[in-house]
Amino acid sequence: MKTIITRGTYAAAEAVRLADVDVVAAYPITPQTECVEKIAEFIANGELNAEYIKAESEHSAISAIIGSSATGARSFTATSSQGLALMHEILYIASGLRLPIVLVNVNRALSAPINIWCDHQDSISERDTGFIQLYVEDNQEILDTIIQAFKIAEDKDVLLPVMVNLDGFILSHTYEPVVLPDEEDVKEYLGVYEPPHYSLNPDKPVTVGPVGVPKYYMEIRKQLNDAINNSVKIIKKVNKEYKKLFGREYGDGLIECYNLDNADTVLVAMGSVCGTVKHVINNLKKEGKDVGLVKVRCYRPFPKKEIKKALKDAENIAVLDKNVCFGFDMGSLGLDINATIKDKKICNYIVGLGGRDIKIEHIKEIINHVEKSKENTTKWIGLNKY
Amino acid sequence: MKQPKYPREEYFGPGHRGCSGCGAAMVARMVLKVAGKDSIVVTPTGCLEVFSTPYPETAWRVPWIHVAFENAGAVASGIEAAIKALRRKRGMYKDRKINVIVIAGDGGTADIGFQSLSGAMERGHNILYIMYDNEAYMNTGVQRSSSTPLFASATTSPPGKYSKGEDRPKKDMPFIMAAHGIPYVATACISYPTDFMKKVKKALSIEGPKFIHVLQPCTVGWGFPANETIEIGRLAVETGVFPLFEIENGKLKITYKPPKRKPLKEYIKRQKRFRHLTDEDIEILQKYVDERCKMLGLD
Repeated sequence: MKTIITRGTYAAAEAVRLADVDVVAAYPITPQTECVEKIAEFIANGELNAEYIKAESEHSAISAIIGSSATGARSFTATSSQGLALMHEILYIASGLRLPIVLVNVNRALSAPINIWCDHQDSISERDTGFIQLYVEDNQEILDTIIQAFKIAEDKDVLLPVMVNLDGFILSHTYEPVVLPDEEDVKEYLGVYEPPHYSLNPDKPVTVGPVGVPKYYMEIRKQLNDAINNSVKIIKKVNKEYKKLFGREYGDGLIECYNLDNADTVLVAMGSVCGTVKHVINNLKKEGKDVGLVKVRCYRPFPKKEIKKALKDAENIAVLDKNVCFGFDMGSLGLDINATIKDKKICNYIVGLGGRDIKIEHIKEIINHVEKSKENTTKWIGLNKY
Repeated sequence: MKQPKYPREEYFGPGHRGCSGCGAAMVARMVLKVAGKDSIVVTPTGCLEVFSTPYPETAWRVPWIHVAFENAGAVASGIEAAIKALRRKRGMYKDRKINVIVIAGDGGTADIGFQSLSGAMERGHNILYIMYDNEAYMNTGVQRSSSTPLFASATTSPPGKYSKGEDRPKKDMPFIMAAHGIPYVATACISYPTDFMKKVKKALSIEGPKFIHVLQPCTVGWGFPANETIEIGRLAVETGVFPLFEIENGKLKITYKPPKRKPLKEYIKRQKRFRHLTDEDIEILQKYVDERCKMLGLD
């Protein structure tokens, strides 16, 4: 175990090295690129024993690791924004074939206008692909979550791809101290990936990806839906195990509750902005005011039960979204919280699109607004006046 | 001529749902006869994928995967990389050669899957890519592809008052593949099974990316009786429409020279997709074939 000072993309690459991944396929895109550059360096220096496919597009990168994962190799890819959008069609096939792929998405806005900075529109647009989606707050959580992602994905009761989302630039290009677990400990924890049901092996021929005729299609989709719902248990279990072995946990693995006791006003958010929110909460506490935060770490499967419980005493709920559901005038998390919580005041705040900074004053503005608001509304925060 | 013996084992099983007289099924059968048990096959979306795997049935007796339409090259790249990694890290498949083979249609290869194929070839993966060419999108009902020949009728290039059918000549896949600098490219036709299987065997013995373009007449799309598939394929070769050659390490070699090239008309007149053509139209096509045969050194 040692502590290094590193940026988010490198923390992700370190996790891939520690997980002893067998096959990596990737295509460069800002702000993800440094992650796969670092992995290439590890392989070039013999620090990671893996095959690296320098794919000619993200579409081919995800296709290639579907091939490698189906052959029984632990497989990884990373991307951002347009790259993730280009993978869209194939993401459904990764989950449909029940392959435990780990994909790191360094969150970046979608075009147009083209923009390389952070928001969550890219991963939110892939919400229904059957991937487990985890969002992280800092660089330590990047490393820990990627290692956990392999453990979750490869669990025989899950067997689903996992997308680990980290905020572009805010985390990817920011240096923070990160504790690296010992290689041997991670190796022992993850073990060697052995596909429990099938792999493309000539000694046991199997047909993968056949035509799902109407008589069978719906049942197969239901199994996928059940699997992602059931993964809640495994995500919680992995969070606990990880704490025992490596000393760190993230709430219950699904959500993290911060200062909820005595708080009438509770913010709900995902990703790095949770750090800023916690800072504001700490300062308000010093002034004698209690505001809470529910950090949604696991966005899919959506932890309805846990969120309901966490928000049961809240009077003013403010949901922060770094994405917009165009035509519904809300963000995706806002919609989900509205569908989960009945008969409470819930305001939705669209923040930080395309790298717009979310400042302390913005968080305070949200708290003031939700407390004064008489009804459920949506508000865009931090817009410039021209 | 002494016929080489091929194994009696079938790895592409009977009872699939291909049309009677389907050339694509013959391609799969011949390839696997040569490739044998230690093979993994990738098939993109298309006729072969659909008719061979209506869940829970399958015609494949080797490991087989279908992911999508446009990514067979990439999927095969991943399988090949995984085999390398598993061999190195876990001692799997030690001293055992595993063939990674793509069997893909012309649409999935020359059109929508072209980038994925080009990437796989350029990166030098040890895979054999076989394009079974029926010269249109047969699975969706005979729409033109870039492999559809000049003047052929397809549902998206119908002949009419202002149209003679397809208005562009066939995309030259073998030469485009050869331009990637890969060690082995060949053309073949199911009507010449010995030649085709010899080429598959040779390709599988070569390390690196290999590409075989195999012509496979389609009864439905081309419009001929189901018992004439082999005959039509033979006419394509005997008329010089589809010459059989190899490009090994950049060197072109004709592998079959028709003793006397037959007139194109004999091939054209047997297919409904060309029935709108006049003698003058056929003359234009004949000239085009003659030029290409001359260029290839067939005459």
